[in-house]
Amino acid sequence: MIQDWRDLAQILVNGLMTGSMLMLPAIGFTTIFAVLRYPNFAIAGYATVGAFAGWIANTQWGLPAGLALLVAFLAAGALGLLAEETALKPLRPSGALTVAIASVALTLLIENVVRFFFGNDLRGYDLPIMRDWRFDGIRVGPQQLQNTLYAIAAAGALFAVLAFTRLGRAMRAVADNPQLADIKGVDPDRIARVAVFIGAGLAGFGGMLLGLDTSIDPLTGFRVVLSVFAAAVVGGLGSIPGAALGALVVGIGEEMAGVLLEPAYRTVTAFLAILVVLSIRPQGLLGRAA
Amino acid sequence: MDAYIVAMLVFAGFYALMALGLNVIWGLAGMVNLGLVGFFALGAYGSALLTTKLFWPMPLGWAAGAVVAAAAGAMMALIVARLRGDYLAIVTLGFAEVIRLVASNEIWLTNGTDGISGIPGPWRGDVSPQTFNLIFLALVWVAVGVAFLLCARLSHSPFGRVLRAIREDEDVAAVAGKPVLWFKVRAFALGAAVVGFSGALYAHYNAYIAPDGFAPLLTIYVVLALTAGGVGAMRGAVVGALLVLLLLEGTRFLAAEVPGVTPVQKAALRESIIALSLILLLRFRPQGLIPERTRTRSSPGASR
Repeated sequence: MIQDWRDLAQILVNGLMTGSMLMLPAIGFTTIFAVLRYPNFAIAGYATVGAFAGWIANTQWGLPAGLALLVAFLAAGALGLLAEETALKPLRPSGALTVAIASVALTLLIENVVRFFFGNDLRGYDLPIMRDWRFDGIRVGPQQLQNTLYAIAAAGALFAVLAFTRLGRAMRAVADNPQLADIKGVDPDRIARVAVFIGAGLAGFGGMLLGLDTSIDPLTGFRVVLSVFAAAVVGGLGSIPGAALGALVVGIGEEMAGVLLEPAYRTVTAFLAILVVLSIRPQGLLGRAA
Repeated sequence: MDAYIVAMLVFAGFYALMALGLNVIWGLAGMVNLGLVGFFALGAYGSALLTTKLFWPMPLGWAAGAVVAAAAGAMMALIVARLRGDYLAIVTLGFAEVIRLVASNEIWLTNGTDGISGIPGPWRGDVSPQTFNLIFLALVWVAVGVAFLLCARLSHSPFGRVLRAIREDEDVAAVAGKPVLWFKVRAFALGAAVVGFSGALYAHYNAYIAPDGFAPLLTIYVVLALTAGGVGAMRGAVVGALLVLLLLEGTRFLAAEVPGVTPVQKAALRESIIALSLILLLRFRPQGLIPERTRTRSSPGASR
């Protein structure tokens, strides 16, 4: 229960850390949505694959966590691109919802392929065990803090690409107005591929961060999928800064609910957040009005 | 073997009922519902709790299960009817997960992950298990028949035509003076009621329910059934349910043939095949085996 300001500060700190882990899959989800205009539920599968790819790199190849995260990004991005081109892209003419439904099937397929090879056991990464730091009674886990920094670094890199490179400008142009971008000579197909690679890769990166925090199994991605959607919807579907902000809001909200209600109901909070935002402000915090 | 076939046909009936319910919501009104299993669970828990804790008679429990699911469906429609289809997909998927979480955690009511056991079944215990199965088989398929007739009738009634109009173009329907929201709410509630009824029957057939039985996989089965049969056509829903059952059980035997795999791997293999079939079906035969017959050509999957 909340008794003094330290409890509140603890919730805020925990919430920011939780939120930073939701941030990357949420940004990935919203990036794909911004360019291709369909909700890609396979983001859960990509997150799981990233977590397992990072796990192989970390425990089998002996790479440190930082490099393993890069492996997670690349593996999930490559899988996302492959899945998009072979399974989802041919469905685009049938409409966004058909693609969305196929992406649910896709996430199930990925989850079960992972389960086939790795089983249902929980797996952990090779990490040094560190004692929590205490600042005037507020606990901070070094690993969690490190995860937060990794997440911020990855999000920062994406923002830099979007803001300062030609590719980033082209991506923003396609997200803004696909026809106009096409007329101006931006190849929408190429941009779509880049968006999917980056989106799926970020989901994988985030999936591994979730694994670093606890442990991984084939449901790693699916377990947080509702929170990830909540972050994207709260921020405004298609808005990348919105997804980052939404993730922090949802993270803090979930920590708060975990203390006030019951830890199991954190996901319910995420769902309520979706409903509240859709009822009051459907375009989200930073989204444009539809 | 006979017992096995009868049990499978009973399950085909549950799927058929769910597919019919989904067809009203998705096929006719064009609203996607990825939270089907949530309504199924509401019906199952509603009826199971009322009959085991308050000792309501079974038929009343089933009806209550349908009503609970319908109320949830109406509420969901009210909240999301104004929104685009992609939001609806997210919200319905989330709804099902929330139902499962509540069922796992409200132990005082649902007994948590241990589930509820000892749910009564019609004449269970009075007759041999095989006779019980046969009685239930008849019961389920009578329910499917009634639901089918009602839905088919509905589909060609003025109400059904308005729903199709809303599916094709909401604004046009609104301009023609149709209260779009009210139609959507009723369609959603009606479809959810059929799904909830199916859940109630399932609870009393199985005698035991637990949150694990209401995984998102079940929603995929039903979406697959409807897509296979043909979205929009009520006959398609029933045929599709039988096909999905055939596929599900076929993969069971197939997985048993694969040497040297663990049970977990077998289950993973089966679920992969199901997921893959849905993706392939959407790609190569999106209209299903029995396409909807209307004068205008359109693909319901493409509409919002």
